Amino acid sequence: MKLPRFVIPTFIALAVLGGWEWFVRAGHVNDVLVPAPSHILQWFWWALFDQASFESGQYLAAIQKGELLPATWVTMRRLIIGFAIGAAIGIPLGALCARVRWVRDTFGVLALGLQTLPSVCWVPLALLWFGIREEAVLFVVVMGTLWAVVIAVQESVLNVQPLYLRAAQTMGSKGWHLWSRVIFPAALPGVLSGMKQGWAFAWRSLMAAEIFVVIVTGFGLGSLLNAGRELLRMDQVMGVMAVVMLVGLLADLVFFAPLERWLRRSRGLER
Amino acid sequence: MSPPIPKSNAQAALTLRNVTKRFDGSAGRVTALEDITLDVREGEFLVVVGPSGCGKSTLLSLLAGLEHTDEGAIKLGDEPVHSPGRDRLVMFQQDALFPWLNALENVLFGLRLKPGLTDAERLESARYYLNLVGLGNKEKARPHELSGGMRQRVALARSLAPNPRVLLMDEPFSALDALTREQLYGDIQAIFTKRKKTIVLVTHNIREAVCLGDRVVLFSPNPGRVQQVFDVNLPRPRRMNDPALANLAAEVTTFLSSHRG
Repeated sequence: MKLPRFVIPTFIALAVLGGWEWFVRAGHVNDVLVPAPSHILQWFWWALFDQASFESGQYLAAIQKGELLPATWVTMRRLIIGFAIGAAIGIPLGALCARVRWVRDTFGVLALGLQTLPSVCWVPLALLWFGIREEAVLFVVVMGTLWAVVIAVQESVLNVQPLYLRAAQTMGSKGWHLWSRVIFPAALPGVLSGMKQGWAFAWRSLMAAEIFVVIVTGFGLGSLLNAGRELLRMDQVMGVMAVVMLVGLLADLVFFAPLERWLRRSRGLER
Repeated sequence: MSPPIPKSNAQAALTLRNVTKRFDGSAGRVTALEDITLDVREGEFLVVVGPSGCGKSTLLSLLAGLEHTDEGAIKLGDEPVHSPGRDRLVMFQQDALFPWLNALENVLFGLRLKPGLTDAERLESARYYLNLVGLGNKEKARPHELSGGMRQRVALARSLAPNPRVLLMDEPFSALDALTREQLYGDIQAIFTKRKKTIVLVTHNIREAVCLGDRVVLFSPNPGRVQQVFDVNLPRPRRMNDPALANLAAEVTTFLSSHRG
């Protein structure tokens, strides 16, 4: 008999969590520094619902007044807006880099350098330029996304098979038609993986910004994590870390993975 | 020896006069084509044959307007050729079909760029040419779902559909297996006879050249020059295993080996 694929991973995960729980409860480590999984779960319960509303049976209000979901929402909104701005600027800039040699030799090289710069480095500048405001966070997220997208778009446009261009040109395609109907569709797989990378960078830079900066305009996941640190509540710190991972996985699962699969399948690249 | 200069022809579709093309490579300047003078008549199936490196693909790129001559002039009718154009469509060695479009959309690609047609006419035309190459039932198939031969047929339909004045073919059969190739030779000849299209085909396969061409122009390499022109007066449709065809191919091969510098 063949076991369903999820059985073994689930079993291993439960075993690891069980071992961890036992290790902490047996007193081998300080449970203030390394909380047991059950404590983290407790924190989840406590952070997810506003306890007073929950006990009076107003479950919807309990979630809305809880700490976790509003914080997740604040963070997601910043991430999506910052990512969208970064991609919206990065795609045309990447195309321009690919199209114009001197732009590639100047701006393209700069983008390559800035891409290697951890986006936390933008935090001091962002604070000076925008103040302790929403714009500062968005700026850091945009800087995290932008350069990865620029580089990915530039590379994938430069790597479009010359044969497609030649074929299209002989059929009379040029200018905007060539870009929209040939170059961009041909570069799409590369652009998509660039977006995915941009998303990962945006996520990291946002966490950095939220942890480093107490932003008065919204209490995000990073702020929640930092608050946990200040209160010495490691269950909260680890709980938020788990949520951050979960959101990352979820974004890949519901957005990038299906898009990539569709792209690969429709072009016969599926292995 | 000096290449035979073809007599100028009043109904020439394409005229080449003293065309020279050089490339700057890592080994310095290379003359790919030297002093090519050639006419392609209206409604003629001209095949350029020669060993690799004889500049025959360069010639096709020049005719397509994808490259520019260094010296000499190329004209389509009375118009000088200097850029790609719908009047000269190209079939490439690889099919060059767009993987993000299905067969019908690929054929429609060139048609959509042709002005003066309604969408209904474009669709009708695309379907007609897909049927002509025997793929009327594969409209919705993506390129990767088709065999190599089918892909080249879609590419053929795509180049024929906008009704170009000249069809340029750059070794379109060389990546196919022998059986598929032979089938396509039949298809091409049937379409050529039916549509009276001017075709320039470039190949390194002498049998193929003799099988398809009304005239076969033999190129010699380093630099690429016209070495000899053969008229092929065999009736169509021609078959690869026809003895007369084999004889002619042998004649060309003998000429080639006896004139190798």
